[in-house]
Amino acid sequence: MMSGLTIVWQQRDVMLSGLATTLELSVIGAILAALLGAVIFAALIHRARPVRFAAIALVDAMRCVPFMLFCYLLYYGLPYAGLTMDNFTVGIVALSIYHASYMAELLRGAWKELPRDTIDAGTAFGFHGIGLLRIVLPPVFIAAVPMLGNQFIQIIKDSAFLVIIAVEELTYAANEIQATYYVPFASFVCAVLGYWTLCLIVEGGVRFFTEMTAARR
Amino acid sequence: MEEGDYLALLAGAWTTLAIALPAIAIGAPLGLALALIRWRKLRILDPIAAILVSLFRATPSVTLVLLVYYAVPQIGIQLAELPAAIVTLTLGTMAYTCEIWRGALLAFPKDQYDAAMALGMTSAKRFRLIVLPQIFRASLPALINEMTLLIKVTPAAAVIGLVEITRAAVRIGAETYQPLPPFMVGLVIYVFIIGCLVGLQRFFEHRQSRLAAA
Repeated sequence: MMSGLTIVWQQRDVMLSGLATTLELSVIGAILAALLGAVIFAALIHRARPVRFAAIALVDAMRCVPFMLFCYLLYYGLPYAGLTMDNFTVGIVALSIYHASYMAELLRGAWKELPRDTIDAGTAFGFHGIGLLRIVLPPVFIAAVPMLGNQFIQIIKDSAFLVIIAVEELTYAANEIQATYYVPFASFVCAVLGYWTLCLIVEGGVRFFTEMTAARR
Repeated sequence: MEEGDYLALLAGAWTTLAIALPAIAIGAPLGLALALIRWRKLRILDPIAAILVSLFRATPSVTLVLLVYYAVPQIGIQLAELPAAIVTLTLGTMAYTCEIWRGALLAFPKDQYDAAMALGMTSAKRFRLIVLPQIFRASLPALINEMTLLIKVTPAAAVIGLVEITRAAVRIGAETYQPLPPFMVGLVIYVFIIGCLVGLQRFFEHRQSRLAAA
């Protein structure tokens, strides 16, 4: 056990670069998922029924798909569509498309809870489409921060699935070290502690943000 | 894809359920135990429960399944693939259901509890006859929702070699040199399983709102 930790400590560069990759995947994935999620959200609350139904179908379908299967589908499917990209990019694309649907649903949930008067005022002034979204989105995003934080944690956790397409993130790094030196306990425990730290940081950030906005109100 | 390939995918579906069903059956009562510890604010145990929940909520199933499968034998316990996968998902389910149960316990009307106490019920009886039936009913939709999440992380078991739906699809794809058709069939199976659960969840939610209205 102790010797295992010593080995992992000696290999800390591998672990830290894995942690950095996990962070990179999650942050870029989360930002893209939020942007794409806002677009899907706009479709979910669109006035035209076909647009709305298409968006609902997309969101419902995505919620039935396991992330790992979705990864494989993109990994093998994108080349058929004439798109070749490296594994890291496939990982980012998978994380952002998959979680965009979840983000859109969270935004819709926050939108439903929001007082109607801002939206009514917006439509009364003749805003619609993009113009109305510019009024609606900021308060929706602020109200949704705790839920978006949870989704961000989900993205961090899902990024571990990318080990199957050989993206060199934290779980991949831990697996490499355990395969080379046979120290499974120390290496995976360190990986778990890495994920835990990231999630605690996100939770702390969300708490800081909600307290700050509550104090300003 | 041939007939045998479809059968292999169905066998994979069986394995997926063989991982997920025991995980919820063991994980949900463990989650309830943790929730009760936190609800009663038991000394020493309460912070431990809080730490366990926080830790397992943050741990990816893929990482945890590798840890359980490769590291547990080091302390002298031999674990086959299936039990290792079940243990992994049980720990995650325990953490998530703890929060569900805790929410229901916190929302439980205190006056009923006081009334039961006034009738001279023992603490165990109060819990079994008054609290448990109601928090179970209140938590049921959320518990079923947790099951759909659980089904979606079962592919993690593929990394230690269990042939569930996703791994079965990968294998067929490798044999036939056509990866996409087996994945699409696998997708249909997942949509079917999760669709059933979502239907069940809506049924219970609907029944509850009807009961509340009556």
